[in-house]
Amino acid sequence: MSAPALETKFLVKRFGALVVSNDINFTLERGARHALIGPNGAGKTSFVNLVTGVLTPSSGEICLAGETITDLSREQRVKRGLVRTFQISALFKRLTVLENVTLAIAEREGAANDLLRPAGHHRAIIEEAYDLLVPLGLANEALRPVTELAYGRQRMIEIAMALALKPKVLLLDEPAAGVPPRETGAIIDTIERLPADIAVLFIEHDMELVFRVAQRITVLVQGGVLVEGTPAQIADDPKVRQVYLGESKH
Amino acid sequence: MTDLSSRDLMGDRKVVVDAFARRHRFKWYEAIPWLVAIACYFLFENYHALGAQIFATILFALSLDLLIGFAGIVTLGHAAFFGVGAYAAGVMAANGWQEPFSEILVAAIVASGVGFVSGLIVLRTAGLTLLMQTLVVAALLQELANKWSSVTGGSDGLLGMKIDPIFGAFRFDLFGDTAYVYCLGVLFIGWLLARNIVYSSFGRSLTGIRENANRMHAIGAPVDRRKIIIYTISAALAGVSGALIAQTTALVGLNTLALSKSGELIIMLVIGGIGRLYGGFIGVPLYMIAQDRFSQIDPIYWYFWIGLFMILVVVFARGGVLGVFERFNQRRRSR
Repeated sequence: MSAPALETKFLVKRFGALVVSNDINFTLERGARHALIGPNGAGKTSFVNLVTGVLTPSSGEICLAGETITDLSREQRVKRGLVRTFQISALFKRLTVLENVTLAIAEREGAANDLLRPAGHHRAIIEEAYDLLVPLGLANEALRPVTELAYGRQRMIEIAMALALKPKVLLLDEPAAGVPPRETGAIIDTIERLPADIAVLFIEHDMELVFRVAQRITVLVQGGVLVEGTPAQIADDPKVRQVYLGESKH
Repeated sequence: MTDLSSRDLMGDRKVVVDAFARRHRFKWYEAIPWLVAIACYFLFENYHALGAQIFATILFALSLDLLIGFAGIVTLGHAAFFGVGAYAAGVMAANGWQEPFSEILVAAIVASGVGFVSGLIVLRTAGLTLLMQTLVVAALLQELANKWSSVTGGSDGLLGMKIDPIFGAFRFDLFGDTAYVYCLGVLFIGWLLARNIVYSSFGRSLTGIRENANRMHAIGAPVDRRKIIIYTISAALAGVSGALIAQTTALVGLNTLALSKSGELIIMLVIGGIGRLYGGFIGVPLYMIAQDRFSQIDPIYWYFWIGLFMILVVVFARGGVLGVFERFNQRRRSR
């Protein structure tokens, strides 16, 4: 049966008296392009952390393709195709671009458990990593350390590493955050070109990106879902205008 | 990118992939330590005993580099495994089992067992907590060795060790001729193993853990398991190093488990350069030869000179001697 790609049921996270996620019922359809927006402190990143297993929910359930994953470790969720990127580029900065992606593929293929053979003997992995860099325009910089690249390019490596894991569900945490305006175009293009069978949920403040890419939008306010709908519905919703768009400069 | 024909792209691809896939190949300069070691055997005939100590300690430093330099596991209790290995070999030798290689094997097994079990506990933590916990493990073992004097000899140390000739032919002599070759040989095997691990996919993933453990979690790496595996392997190598010292000096004391043993080792590794596989090969001889010289010239205050040297390295030569070489090389290349 075709259960949704990702679903959360009555998801709650409390830190003492502070409720960062309040009864979140959320559904990400297969192949969806779904945006999660909301003012700062609305609990967007906490939601991603709950879904990916960085945080343990106080109560509620998380399902991936119909299977409960609430008690699985971070690694097990990744192995099942639930992959994320980070709000602040969290790459292996001193390693080369190619090595960053190679590390991800080596994990996916289980080669990273191989203690005895040199990494260079897993040639197919290196080739796959290189081939992944080509469409993202990173091939010329494959052998440069990540730190030497502009920030926008580093964001592309984030996406490359996520794709290297062959995700079924991809969570992009502010893919364009901190990127200068002239470089956001490349990131939007990349997100638009993501394979159609991947369900994509992205958190973003850049409304141009949100309204260009998203088919559905969920608005999160104070840890709870305020409203969900198509971009047109969200743009016209008075509640959203009041709490979010009204106070945004975007 | 887009204006390149696909053929050019394939050419690029091969160049890049080749460059990346050949990193593990042996480079000419990797032969230097071994050639120097062989030359020193003939040049410094009166210092073979010191040489043997140096080789054994290099193996110890190599095992620590796997943890600190590659996996980013900072420990202040690495002497725990050195001491356990030394006592394992020593207790066997003092109780009638005198074949050297089997002693080394047992030392490796016992030390890796201690590494595995203590790793299960201490590797759950990081940073300062980890530092304290590794220190505590070594301190506990030192106290155990102290109290269990019927087996370990307590504070008097373990005496009366006898070691058979190697392969039944080469007797351990007073001048350390046999010990020199024996320790160099074992170090070579340990180095091959460590080098293999560092360049394996597993080793690369350790570097990933050192650089950014959270990201390793996010790409699905079993971070905790990897840490325990390398901790266990490192403990085994440290145990072998301890066994070598026990066999070649025929003495095991409580100092093999001491905090100062762990601390000195870090100093030696820092002088040489951490995370470069060869830091120990430079730092250990420098430190031990300096120690040998200074302690003759200035028997009371020689630690002052070691300390001064250490400060100079930290202030002016980040990355140790090898770090200086690397920067020099980069500058020459960029010119």
